[in-house]
Amino acid sequence: MSDTIIYTMIALSAIGILAAVILYFVAQKFKVYEDPRIDEVENALPGANCGGCGYAGCRAFAEACVKENDLSDLFCPVGGNDCMGDVAGVLGLEAVQQDPRVAVVRCNGSCEHRPKTNQYDGASSCAAAASLYSGDTGCQFGCLSHGDCVAACDFDALHMNPETGLPEVVDDKCIACGACVEACPKTLIELRKRGPKDRKIFVSCRNEDKGGVAKKSCAVACIGCSKCFKVCPFDAITMNNNLAFIDSDKCKLCRKCVVECPTNAIIEVGFPPRKIKTDLPPKPAVKKEAVVKPESTASEEKKTENLD
Amino acid sequence: MLKTFKLGGVHPAENKLSADKAIEKLALPKSVFIPVAQHIGAPAQALVKKGDQVKAGQLIAQSGGFVSANIHSSVSGTVKKIDLSPDSSGYPKQGIFIDVEGDEWAEGIDTSDKLVEKFEADSKKIIDKINAAGIVGLGGATFPTHVKLMPPQGMTAEMLLINGVECEPYLTSDHRVMLEKAPELLVGIRLLMCALEVKKAYIGIENNKPDAIAHLQKLTASDASIEVVPLKVKYPQGGEKQLIKAVTGREVPSGALPIAVGAVVNNVGTALAVYEAVQKNKPLVERVVTITGKSVAKPSNFLVRIGTPVQELIDAAGGLPEDAGKIISGGPMMGKAIASTTVPVTKGTSGILIMQDKEAKREQMKTCIRCTRCVTVCPMGLEPYYLMTVSDKKLWEKAEEQHIMDCIECGSCSYTCPADRPLLDYIRLGKGKVGSIIRSRKN
Repeated sequence: MSDTIIYTMIALSAIGILAAVILYFVAQKFKVYEDPRIDEVENALPGANCGGCGYAGCRAFAEACVKENDLSDLFCPVGGNDCMGDVAGVLGLEAVQQDPRVAVVRCNGSCEHRPKTNQYDGASSCAAAASLYSGDTGCQFGCLSHGDCVAACDFDALHMNPETGLPEVVDDKCIACGACVEACPKTLIELRKRGPKDRKIFVSCRNEDKGGVAKKSCAVACIGCSKCFKVCPFDAITMNNNLAFIDSDKCKLCRKCVVECPTNAIIEVGFPPRKIKTDLPPKPAVKKEAVVKPESTASEEKKTENLD
Repeated sequence: MLKTFKLGGVHPAENKLSADKAIEKLALPKSVFIPVAQHIGAPAQALVKKGDQVKAGQLIAQSGGFVSANIHSSVSGTVKKIDLSPDSSGYPKQGIFIDVEGDEWAEGIDTSDKLVEKFEADSKKIIDKINAAGIVGLGGATFPTHVKLMPPQGMTAEMLLINGVECEPYLTSDHRVMLEKAPELLVGIRLLMCALEVKKAYIGIENNKPDAIAHLQKLTASDASIEVVPLKVKYPQGGEKQLIKAVTGREVPSGALPIAVGAVVNNVGTALAVYEAVQKNKPLVERVVTITGKSVAKPSNFLVRIGTPVQELIDAAGGLPEDAGKIISGGPMMGKAIASTTVPVTKGTSGILIMQDKEAKREQMKTCIRCTRCVTVCPMGLEPYYLMTVSDKKLWEKAEEQHIMDCIECGSCSYTCPADRPLLDYIRLGKGKVGSIIRSRKN
C-alpha cells in the first residue's frame, strides 16, 4: 500500500518537474515584453473601470498613458488631478490640471410643471421611448423619466426622484465619467465645471421650441426671451434656437440671470438663501430700492471673491 | 391547400368591422396640414409661400432627390403658413398649412368617375407620370413607387405582385378598393406591368375576403396575364418578403430587395393611385382610410384628402368613444399610437384604430421563460428574445451578427409572448442603432 503512494508521489513529482521545465522554456520563447510602467500607472489609477476616460478600462488607459508622450488629452475623471499627478510622476511627464466637473440634469419639467398629455406603456427605457415618439408631455425635448441615466451610473450618483419624475445628481458621488451623458437620448445631461462649494447656475431646460409653444408645454421652460443673455456681465450666456446656454467656464456665479429669468428656467444650486423681495413686508417704493441695493453690492462682492 | 409563407406567423382576431361599409367621401376639412416628408427618403422642398392661392392637385413641394416624392395640395385655398407641427411620430415636422376655400382642381385633372382603359404602352412615360404624381407605397411603408419601378442595373423584374392581403386586423381599406374600384385597379395593374415590362401579375388576397377574390377572378377571367392568388389567412402575409414566398415560393435573401428574386410588390391602393395619375392626371392627394374600433359608433372607410386632421375622421365616425384607450395610426399589429388627434392623415395612413381602454393596456413585463414562442412565430427566422437582450445590453455587434436588420417589425413576437415582454420595442431600438453603425461604416 505504502509503495503505491510512494510511486504515485514520485511519478507526479516527475511530471510536475518536467512540466515546469517545459513551461519555463515556452515562457522564455514566447515572452512578450510589457512596459513595467503600465503596471505602475495602473496601480496609481482608481481601478473603477468606468470608461469615463474614453478607454475600455483602467488597464487600457494605463497603456495609453505610457504610449503617449503628452498627457494633455488623457484624464481620469474618477481620480482627478491628484491621480493624474501620480501618473505623471511615474512617467516623468507633466500632468495637465483640469477643473473638476459634475453632471447636471438640464430639465426641470416635473409632473407639476409639465403636465402629461398622453400615457406611455411601452418598454421602460428612455432609448426605446425616444425611438418611438416624442414623449408623454407636450415637450419633445424633456426628460422621459425611465431612468436610463440612473441605470448607466456606476457610482450610485444618480437617483430618480419619484415626486418630480426627474433624475437627481448626488454631487459628492458624481465623478463626471459621462456615462449618463451617453445614455440620455435627449442629451439632457451635461458635465459642467464644479463651482466653489459645489455652487452652480445653469439653464435647466433644453426646449428649442418658440417661446409660446415652450411655455404652453412646460411652466419652467426656457422661452428664449434673451433677458439673461442681456443681463450677463461676463458674456457667459449664448442664445441658440430659442434656448439660453450658460458657459460654466465663463460664468462667475453672480446670479443676475437667475433673478431675470421670467420662467425660473435658470437654476442656482448650493447658494445661501437670498432675501426674497416678495417676502418683505410692503414698504414704500423708495425704501424697497434701498433694500435691494445692499444685496446687489453683496453679490458684487461675492463676484470679486470668485474672481480671485 | 391554400398557399401561404412557411416560416412563423400568427393569426390575431381579424375584427374587420368595416368590411361591408362602402367607401364614403369625407367632407372637406376647414384646413389641412400637409407635411413635406410623408415618404421614405429626402423630404420635399416647399414651392409655395404664405398667402399663395393653391388649387387641389397643384404641386406644392418638389421631390428632394431620387428617393423622394412630390407633394401636391389636396385642397384649394390659401397657404396660411409653412411651419412645424407634430405628425404621427409626435415630433414637429415641416409642413404646409392650407385654409380650405371651395373645391377647385388644378387644370388638366379629370375628377370624373369615367373609366379610361386605353393607354400608351411606354414604360418611361408611365414612370415619369408616377414620379410626377408623388406616388408612394400606400400599404404603409411609403417607399416612392417610381424607384421600385426602376430596377437597379443587372436586375430585371419577372413579375408584378399586387398586395391585396391586408393581413392587419381591423383594416379594410384595400378590401373596399378591390370591391369598388376593381376595373380601375386592373388598369392600374396593367400600367404597372407595362412600366416594369413584365408579362405576369399576381394579386395576392387572403381567404377572409372571398367576395374580393371572386370579384377580381371574374374580371380577370379573360386575361391570362393577371392571376388572382387566394392565400391562407396568416399575419404578416402582407409583408413584401412573405407575400413573395407565399405566391411564388421564392425567398428573398437576407439584406436583399425583392427585385433580387425578380419580383416587384405594390399595394392595391398604389395600383389605384397609378391608374388615377396616368389615366386621369390626378396626383396622389387622397386615399382610402379605415376608421374603426370596437367602440366606434360607425366604423367606416373614408376617401380622405391628405392633410385632414385625424379628429375629422373620428367625428365623422361618430366621435371619440368614452372608453377610448389608444388611437392608433395603422393597424393594431404594426400601427403607431398617436399622441394627439390634430395630426394629419398622410400618404401612409391606412387606418385609424381606436382601441378600448381595457384592450389597449399593455401588461407588466415579466421574466422570459424561454418558451421560444417568439422564435416559432418570427416570419424572418430570427431569435427575437436574443435580439431583445443584446439590444438592451447594447451589444450591437452581436445584434448585427444575428441579422437584426432583417427584422420587418411585424410585432408577432411581442404579440405572442406569454411574459408580455416588449420584444419589438427593444429590437426596433437595436435596429436603429445597428443601422446607423452600418451607414457610418459605409461613409
